[in-house]
Amino acid sequence: MAVIETSQGPEWKRRTMRQQWYTWLGWLVGTAIVAFSFKLISDKTIWFFVTDAGTQAIDMASRMVPPKWSYMDTLWLPIWDTINIATIGTLMALVMAVPVAFLAARNTTPHPTVRAAALFIIVSSRSINSLIWALMLVAIIGPGVMAGIIAIALRSIGFCAKLLYESIEEIDAKQVEAVTATGAGRAQTLAYGVVPQILPAFAGISVFRWDINIRESTILGLVGAGGIGIQLDASISTLSWTQVSLILLVILGTVIVSEWVSAKVRHAII
Amino acid sequence: MLKLDKLYKRYDTGDEALKDVTLEIPDGQVLALIGPSGAGKSTLIRCVNRLVEPTSGSVHLNDTELTTLSQGKLRSARRRMGMIFQEYALVERLTVMENVLSGRLGYVGFWSSWLRKFPKADVKEAFRLLDRVGLMHMPDKRADALSGGQRQRVGIARALIQDPELLLVDEPTASLDPKTSRQIMRLISELCKERGLAAIINIHDVMLAQMFAERIVGLRFGEVVYDGPPDGLTPDVLTDIYGEEDWEATITPVEDDEDTDTELTEANGA
Repeated sequence: MAVIETSQGPEWKRRTMRQQWYTWLGWLVGTAIVAFSFKLISDKTIWFFVTDAGTQAIDMASRMVPPKWSYMDTLWLPIWDTINIATIGTLMALVMAVPVAFLAARNTTPHPTVRAAALFIIVSSRSINSLIWALMLVAIIGPGVMAGIIAIALRSIGFCAKLLYESIEEIDAKQVEAVTATGAGRAQTLAYGVVPQILPAFAGISVFRWDINIRESTILGLVGAGGIGIQLDASISTLSWTQVSLILLVILGTVIVSEWVSAKVRHAII
Repeated sequence: MLKLDKLYKRYDTGDEALKDVTLEIPDGQVLALIGPSGAGKSTLIRCVNRLVEPTSGSVHLNDTELTTLSQGKLRSARRRMGMIFQEYALVERLTVMENVLSGRLGYVGFWSSWLRKFPKADVKEAFRLLDRVGLMHMPDKRADALSGGQRQRVGIARALIQDPELLLVDEPTASLDPKTSRQIMRLISELCKERGLAAIINIHDVMLAQMFAERIVGLRFGEVVYDGPPDGLTPDVLTDIYGEEDWEATITPVEDDEDTDTELTEANGA
């Protein structure tokens, strides 16, 4: 913000001359970087394949239709597994995320050291993708649904705990103060002062994460952690494109249903 | 009997909120604490139940010295002091009944309070108090569905169900319209009389203070600058407390107001 004194009284401009020059310089450097990066990528791209992309896509699509509907019989069980992986995984994550969130929130943590530990749990859980958790868990406890559930749970703890502790930190402190003033104990203060305030956030976070987990659990099968991903992997490796298209349709349907359910739940609670 | 002796509070920011305040409040006395914003009124009542820890000095509630109590003992001491807040500080997402019963948290265990299994006598008392404050018809309404005056009535019931020896009242009328303010102040002073309760009422409205308190204490910059009867508040005294201003209009005839107002409440209570 710049006020410039002139003979006609003060004048106001958004930036001083100096700031204005820096702004232009910033844009110039930014544009140059984009142009340079484009050239780097372009040099390493085989443009013949890219010009071919349209025809290739149409070719693959033509091999995908019509979906092989009879294959559906084999898909019912895997899709059921997928939904279970997501649901049980989310529930397990929530059970662990709630205490972690209370330990991580500035206003409920018993000690800064405990808070640091809780934040570390959150960060480490969030920094590893479900697929990578699954990869490791398949190696540790063997392939199957169990590995998928734990992978989803481990990945979701951080996500749920992070959103939950942020909402704990945003609560109205006066309500907590009032409960404290009655002579309530620590746990009672949490139960009466904090919990009612974060309940809507908790419900929203749970269904949101469940919704994400439905989508994530569809690919866990690629590394052998159960669910419909196993069929997807098998169909792609055997080039059975009509099966692939059916699986993609089933996944799409499941995700739409889960979106609908979570929207309903969120609406009912908030 | 509440006795403050050389109560001193310095915040971490270096602000001295209370400078050696010494006060004695006999049983059953309703005391209004007036003074400009930042004079230390809120700090003073919060130092009594130690929502704010005093830096030095002592507070005696009958025979208990409050400032040195351990956390556990402090909790049982807090049960003897009911607190009423400026913006009601109800737990917004809980019902009226749950809010009133939360005044008993200091007396029941965690699990009974978590499962909302309060002793029959408590529930009975809660109904009696709701009836007394005029909210008998809405125990199951959620606090966030009430009007300001109704919320403050719930706040009063929550403080009284503690069966306190002392009421700490922090700006009870600051968010209420003039008529509701009077009704709330009248309710508080009537209840104090019924139960022989002592009360410290922080209040901005000098006229209300004069109307409903038997003793006025004026606080300025953390020091007591006036301590006397309501009719001792002359323009000179108010200038001492608040600073230079034309005070003649503020100290209007008190009796007239009281008459018209009594009719108002009666009409309202019917």
